[in-house]
Amino acid sequence: MSEPPRERPVITPSQTVGPFFSFCLAPRDRPGIGCASLITPDAVGTRITIEGKVLDGNGAPVPDALIETWQADGDGRYAGFHRAVAGSSFTGFGRATCDADGRFTIETVKPGSVVDLENRRHAPHIAIGVFGKGINRRLYTRLYFPDEPANDTDPVLSCVESNRRSSMIARQTGGAERRYAFTIRLQGVDETVFLEA
Amino acid sequence: MDESTLFEYAPESLAAHPAPYSESYRFTHKRAPLRPIHAMAPTITELTGPSFGAEVLNAHDDDLTRQHEGEPIGERIIVCGQVVDEEGCGVPGNLIEIWQANAAGRYAHEVDTHDAPLDPNFTGSGRVLTDAEGRYRFTTIKPGAYPVGGLDNVWRPSHIHLSLFGPSMLSRLVTQMYFPGDPLLAFDTILNTAPAHSRDRMVAALDRSATQSEWAIAYRFDIVLRGRRPASRRQSGRDV
Repeated sequence: MSEPPRERPVITPSQTVGPFFSFCLAPRDRPGIGCASLITPDAVGTRITIEGKVLDGNGAPVPDALIETWQADGDGRYAGFHRAVAGSSFTGFGRATCDADGRFTIETVKPGSVVDLENRRHAPHIAIGVFGKGINRRLYTRLYFPDEPANDTDPVLSCVESNRRSSMIARQTGGAERRYAFTIRLQGVDETVFLEA
Repeated sequence: MDESTLFEYAPESLAAHPAPYSESYRFTHKRAPLRPIHAMAPTITELTGPSFGAEVLNAHDDDLTRQHEGEPIGERIIVCGQVVDEEGCGVPGNLIEIWQANAAGRYAHEVDTHDAPLDPNFTGSGRVLTDAEGRYRFTTIKPGAYPVGGLDNVWRPSHIHLSLFGPSMLSRLVTQMYFPGDPLLAFDTILNTAPAHSRDRMVAALDRSATQSEWAIAYRFDIVLRGRRPASRRQSGRDV
């Protein structure tokens, strides 16, 4: 493939997943590509549950959204990248569909803090992708955890306008149970901060 | 994998995508963020992502006409193409998830209430992996056009949904493949959310060389994912 440099081709554009994706992307009759529980026997980290909700610009639940998550394990390591995780069955990838009330649940481990390629330390976070009818291209954000001092110095969160950061921080709802609530507001005055890299 | 295998992503490439809000695609009206999307430099979280191999495939995932007892009704077609990055290099071992309506324009999905028959021999869901050169191929039935429920005389052209991951969170793509010459394309509110310069990327081409005589017409649909290998890795044409 040693060809001379050429003009960069136009990438294939995104389209909505539409309303009829679940029989393929989140099938009930076979293992899906990623599922709502990331827990495996060898997953490193504290078990947590994310109880999410997706709301539209009217504050109405979005019943047909697809959520994808990507995260490091409890030691801050990404599957497929950090050699130390090789052999672990923890994939770091989750998928969940919303119910009629716009709710979704992800069971996983709390990610550790991640050190990036520039040696900066990120606060524990889970990358979140939102797909759905009326969403032309995946909306991307990060879920952070409350009471993490590292949130203040996180290289991504700290660059977001301070009065909007709370839209990216989950709320702890159960003490010992480690349950977190996270509401994704697609539109409106308290709209979730969506990111683009 | 290590740092030197991570792809590079230019922000300019994003111009090919639709904006979140579209006047004519009304379902965006209350679901599109109206505040500016916050631009950030990609970090390790965005530059990595999940990958899947043959372990997620079942028999006949690449032949949607052979997943049931009998043969589905409709025009049998082959869809094939190459998944490449922005340098034109094949993206090997890449999972593609595929879903579509049947020949009558009806999805095997409980929410689809269009008054057209279901086909007991067609589910319309498949998976394929790209080969070492990024090539893929699957067999299916040409999906029918269908009306959008609740809207006045709005029709979707025949299309196949495709979902791909590529090397990272930034190459993730969900798109739709359309058929050449379809008169509904000009009026489709979803196809036309994409900017004019990138729309044609989503229209397949008749591929006479891949057509199987007395069996099935073939359509070629090449997919360009965002990102490119770092310069040091471009010669090899594939990942290690």
